[in-house]
Amino acid sequence: MSAIASPSAVALKNVARRFVTPSGDVLSALEDFDLTIAPGEFMAVVGPTGCGKSTTLGLIAGLARPQGGEVTLFDAPVTGVDRRVGFVFQQDAVFPWRDVLGNVMAGPLFRGVPKDKAETEARDWITRVGLKGFEHHHPHQLSGGMRKRVALAQTFINNPQVLLMDEPFSALDVQTRELMQEELLQLWAQAKSAVLFVTHDLDEAILLADRVAVLTTRPARVKSVHTIDLPRPRDVATLRYDERFIAIARKISDDLREEVLRARAGH
Amino acid sequence: MTETTVSAPLAADGRIETAVQRMRRHQRLVLALRLAVLVVLIGGWEFGVRLGAIDPFFFGQPSGIVTKLIDWTENGTSIGPLWMQIWVTIYEAGAGFLIGSAMGILCGIALGRNQLLSDVFSIYIKVANSIPRVVLGSIFIVALGLGAASKIALAVVMVFFVVFANAFQGVREADKNLIANARILGASNWQMTRAVVLPSALSWILASLHVSFGFALVGAIVGEFLGAREGMGLLIATAQGSFDSNGVFAAMIVIAIVALLAEWILTVIENRLLTWRPDTTVNE
Repeated sequence: MSAIASPSAVALKNVARRFVTPSGDVLSALEDFDLTIAPGEFMAVVGPTGCGKSTTLGLIAGLARPQGGEVTLFDAPVTGVDRRVGFVFQQDAVFPWRDVLGNVMAGPLFRGVPKDKAETEARDWITRVGLKGFEHHHPHQLSGGMRKRVALAQTFINNPQVLLMDEPFSALDVQTRELMQEELLQLWAQAKSAVLFVTHDLDEAILLADRVAVLTTRPARVKSVHTIDLPRPRDVATLRYDERFIAIARKISDDLREEVLRARAGH
Repeated sequence: MTETTVSAPLAADGRIETAVQRMRRHQRLVLALRLAVLVVLIGGWEFGVRLGAIDPFFFGQPSGIVTKLIDWTENGTSIGPLWMQIWVTIYEAGAGFLIGSAMGILCGIALGRNQLLSDVFSIYIKVANSIPRVVLGSIFIVALGLGAASKIALAVVMVFFVVFANAFQGVREADKNLIANARILGASNWQMTRAVVLPSALSWILASLHVSFGFALVGAIVGEFLGAREGMGLLIATAQGSFDSNGVFAAMIVIAIVALLAEWILTVIENRLLTWRPDTTVNE
């Protein structure tokens, strides 16, 4: 297990990210942040609200730069938006003026794929996420769950090797969320991309991930990383009643509660 | 049990029907009241003149205005056929509107997308916007002559700032999430402008176009007031010169019809361009 023998898909080393507030104070979102994700690994990150989980994703996506430390993708430093990265946002980020087909096609078209090839691929992905027949619907005509499916197809069509997800299912109702989690696991099993899944829902993190990282309250550091040795394929609907699941959840939740209480005391 | 299941949908249908009826009755009432307001206003004006309460020399007379309009369409105006005057003004306003809004959209997007450009130019645009622009008409007449060019220039100036301000704001209000999403999906700067920024600014821009066609008409007509050989503005100036208030009102009505037609065309275009928006208006 030497550092040379195991290449990483994503690595953050000693990363710091600070903001200057309008009043001139420096607000530290991340300090001494270390996290490594192996290729094809599903990593979930949980932490108290507002602790800097989304900031981490922005740094890896190349949307923001760290003030200290190093962020690498496949051992090369991140210098801007990388083509190998996909991002699923918390809020709706599908284009409201494009229909489903146009939305799913957007990525390939931006990247210079010919139109007919992009359309064939897009139709294939629309079928895979179960939206066949809705190709010409606009986002406002779809339910929240269906819009999330559009977002997933839009991201997966670019075949990302690193997939960043920022609380993607938090706005969905419980039943829809469960379906989407199931769907995500299936898509991930085929795509084999490295995933960094940010959530505030510990159950969701354990159900989906290979490893769960717990963050401290702001400034965020990685407090502990837990390996989830539940076998795959996992059944999202029944796994949460499994004894092993409960044991893991209890262990991590003690860890997490400490930070949530500290976050509450500090604010 | 069976009775209740059969009667329940019937009752619901009945309720829906009365709701539809109530809505229709309300619409008819609104229409009737609108007509009544019109009849009272125009009728009051006409009778006021006939009874001697209103001096038609200053305020005109509805029947006189109608006679004037018929006379103009049949025999032409003192400065040439009516259609010619209308066409000249539409041409000037339309050309000014197209050029002004194109420039406004281009500049609005350029400054909205580029922080440095907007930091440098925003002060000048604020200053230029505070100048009463109609006054520029005099300069344009002197510089560009009595032809259409000076009126078009004035209409351009009137339209530009409104469209610019809206395009700029629309670009600035573009959803940060959508922009981040497009960047990660692989959009270049130009693709971003075309695929994200322009569509999200479009509803702002279209809203400003409604207002600015009116401004373009004002620009063209004021330009014709200041000095012209033809056009509706000149027609009004001529009527004013011969103390013909009916003529002024008649020209006003013609211009109002042109403005309403333009408004209608813009609404049709807007609905075409914004089909992706959820229906917010059920009637009217």
